[in-house]
Amino acid sequence: MELCDLTIHELHEKLKKREIRSLDIVDSVFKRIRSVEPKIHSYITLTEELAFIQAQTSDAMMEKQKDFPPLMGIPIGLKDIFLTQGIQTTCGSKILEGYIPPYDATTVEKLKQNGMILTGKLNMDEFAMGSSNETSSFGIVKNPWDLERIPGGSSGGSVAAVSAGECIAATGTDTGGSIRQPASLCGVVGLKPTYGRVSRYGVIAFASSLDQVGPLTKDVTDSALMMNLLAGHDPRDSTSLDEKVPDYTRSLIPDIKGWRLGVPKEYFVKGLDSEVEKSIREAIRLFEKLGAKVDEVSLPHTDYGVPTYYILAPAEASSNLARYDGIRYGYRQKEATTLIDLYKRSRTKGFGVEVKRRIMLGTYVLSAGYYDAYYLKAQRVRTLIRRDFEKIFENHDVILAPTSPTAAWKFGEKTDDPLKMYLSDIYTINVNLAGLPGMSIPCGFTKSGLPIGLQLIGSHFQEEKLLRAAYTYEQSTEWHKRRPKL
Amino acid sequence: MNYEPVIGLEVHAQLLTRTKLFCSCSTQFGNEPNANTCPVCFGLPGVLPVLNRRVVEFAIRAGLATNCQITRKNIFARKNYFYPDLPKGYQISQYENPICTKGWIDIEVKGEKRRIGLTRIHMEEDAGKLLHEHPVSRSKAASWVDLNRAGVPLLEIVSEPDIRLPEEGVVYLKELRRILMYLDVCDGNMEEGSLRCDANISIRPVGTKKFGTKVEIKNMNSFRHIEKALYYEIKRQTEVLKGGGTTAQETRLWDPEREVSESMRSKEEAHDYRYFPDPDLLPVEIDERWIEKIQSNLPELPQKKRDRFIKQFQLSPAQAEVLIETGEIASFFEQMLQKYPDSKKLANWIINSPFPVTKLNPDHLTKVLTLVDAGTLSSNMAKEVLQKVYETGRPPEEVIEKEGLTQVSDTAALEAAINEAISENPKEVERFRGGEEKLFAFFLGQVMKKTKGKANPKIVADLLRKKIGR
Ligand SMILES: [Zn+2]
Repeated sequence: MELCDLTIHELHEKLKKREIRSLDIVDSVFKRIRSVEPKIHSYITLTEELAFIQAQTSDAMMEKQKDFPPLMGIPIGLKDIFLTQGIQTTCGSKILEGYIPPYDATTVEKLKQNGMILTGKLNMDEFAMGSSNETSSFGIVKNPWDLERIPGGSSGGSVAAVSAGECIAATGTDTGGSIRQPASLCGVVGLKPTYGRVSRYGVIAFASSLDQVGPLTKDVTDSALMMNLLAGHDPRDSTSLDEKVPDYTRSLIPDIKGWRLGVPKEYFVKGLDSEVEKSIREAIRLFEKLGAKVDEVSLPHTDYGVPTYYILAPAEASSNLARYDGIRYGYRQKEATTLIDLYKRSRTKGFGVEVKRRIMLGTYVLSAGYYDAYYLKAQRVRTLIRRDFEKIFENHDVILAPTSPTAAWKFGEKTDDPLKMYLSDIYTINVNLAGLPGMSIPCGFTKSGLPIGLQLIGSHFQEEKLLRAAYTYEQSTEWHKRRPKL
Repeated sequence: MNYEPVIGLEVHAQLLTRTKLFCSCSTQFGNEPNANTCPVCFGLPGVLPVLNRRVVEFAIRAGLATNCQITRKNIFARKNYFYPDLPKGYQISQYENPICTKGWIDIEVKGEKRRIGLTRIHMEEDAGKLLHEHPVSRSKAASWVDLNRAGVPLLEIVSEPDIRLPEEGVVYLKELRRILMYLDVCDGNMEEGSLRCDANISIRPVGTKKFGTKVEIKNMNSFRHIEKALYYEIKRQTEVLKGGGTTAQETRLWDPEREVSESMRSKEEAHDYRYFPDPDLLPVEIDERWIEKIQSNLPELPQKKRDRFIKQFQLSPAQAEVLIETGEIASFFEQMLQKYPDSKKLANWIINSPFPVTKLNPDHLTKVLTLVDAGTLSSNMAKEVLQKVYETGRPPEEVIEKEGLTQVSDTAALEAAINEAISENPKEVERFRGGEEKLFAFFLGQVMKKTKGKANPKIVADLLRKKIGR
């Protein structure tokens, strides 16, 4: 195994024992990038030179210190939705091609302060709109487990890079499942924290009331280490909540005896792939064996999640994306003659099909005469969905569910049918609507060798429970140790 | 048929906060283009708004001072439209449930008391501004965006359609402006755009209840323009209706140079703003204690102060009106009364001062007024002294000394001047003695001239009577 295939905590141990230097890790990561990136295409921008400079600095600092933060000297990739001062940030869209932000996102600031090494900006669905990473303006990302298949979206570049060893860990964002679903399809660990747990400042907005930042890692321990850094109140984000941040590594206890886990019956229906179902059922049985009590529970408003999401998310997106007008920054179409013409041409050329589809949808549901029928009604349904979950958490610790109804599918399989594509997120979307934390961990493989993910859903600010349950499971399985053959 | 106008006014008042509504950039006027900006002002990708709570406090102040109900749960909404000076593609404003509702302002026009209702007051951010000439190169090859004003906090204050005459509208606006200035919420500077006004105006046959077709006139920034624009619009609409035509629902712009209003856009192409609650901002809850605290810190409002001044200091309504024009003058007046208790005399001096009297040191003014009362200074000389005190900031004693401005009361010196005047004008003496009484003033003037205005007029008059008889 190369250094680039190890986890944050494994590398941290080696750095602490002075067995390796940060430069060795960076070297290993970029070697891997050179060999597999042409096949996978998980990066939009690589920052190799910067990474080596940062590694040198880190090495010098670590030489002087006995104790240093766990992320110091570790190469991390950032989804290209995080603003990085002085480094191109595109959000997967042509409309932002060449855009160099003047400031860092809060998350980036924190990672930098803790000595992380930036490998580059990771590919993604345009403005995080997509479930397969086929909408990026900079080309598709391939699933490292099968290059003919999608990696999942919208953090597809991030999960593919982590899975393939093109970085040690990555950041993602999750609006309707964009961390958990690709994590599931590429066999990595993805955690979407409670809404408001991690600052959204400097993260390009898709749907403000749903977006949340989270880590993509090779195992649960790394996820806890990343969460220690990402979580916390940010005075620049009014929706970030002022709750105490625990030390998440204290949740890494392999014991859930006496816990009550809920399995929603509405999640095991037609459309759930039989191989996936089999793996999930096996995982549930393992939890029982480990001492947890598992009940069937009910989330009666499950079916309303996808339609509710496809009203609220495009509504917010249509407004959030209005600032890309070709006037002050980003892409401007040069042949425009009048102001309105400039807006029209720049936005027509700058945005891709999926983004336009959602802008139109959002504009429609917010327009006078339709607002009450769509937007307001969707908000009410959202409350019902949230209450469904709250009721279960009155006497359950964690909910177990599939992350995705199927394993990774082939390119183009669903691109002609947006509805079919939208349904691939049925297990993740409601968690965003309810603002809950959710996590996907590897729980098996299909016969053809594609990863399957198990989803754990917790109550508000109960990331610790998710981590503990996930860690307990992980300690009894080997799924997280498999790496794709490339 | 006779028509009556129905007028409602929308006022945008810029708030006197140091920083903007959703970021910590300065609100200072007159800086270089884009000097007061940050990524939030520019609406760059990834930025988020953070509410300036002072703005909420100011809105509550304005609401309490205008008899409004204060909304407890406040939601900010996005008003979506495209324009190059609107960086985010939406303006953050309030839509449903504005912070203040159902208030009123009492006014008096031509001796008649009127109550003008306030529909709502809400908080919103200002947009930026387009420059059609480059501020340095003067190039007109392109238009330039200045976002200094973007995000500056505004209150939008909307009246009920209770106004019937252009004069009423102006009095209402003046009263509203004065209240906002008393509250230290807005500086009321119309030239710098701190207070701007849109008018909704329609006409209807006298005696009918139904409103006519409404025309909106945008962006007027002086009382004179507003009155002229309203008159123009009433006349225009009346002529259209009398000529058998119909008025269109539209937005018009007032051209103050040509004194006409012109159609800007018709309501048919009106925007659908697609309002919805801004998901980046949490609702603002206003509790009873916050309101009580603000209520207890409200200053005495202008109308109350005027009534008190009339009663307490025996002033005429006209005098009181001038003294309460700004809180600054009113408090200067009351401060002066501690030192100089003759309220009527004091009021006259303050009202007639040719320069901003509040710039004077109250002790200096007291000194001068006391000297006038003692006969040491004539009124004219006192004005001269005060002017110099105002210009130089030196104490009046020093000014009087240096300019030799004390009044001459020395009888011998005055007699000499009187004798001179008599001997130089024997014919006039004759005519005066012959009964031409008005020549007395001529002799007074002659003596004053000879003493360079320093003579005590009372003593001169006495001596003159003795000398020339009658
Ligand atoms: Zn700013």
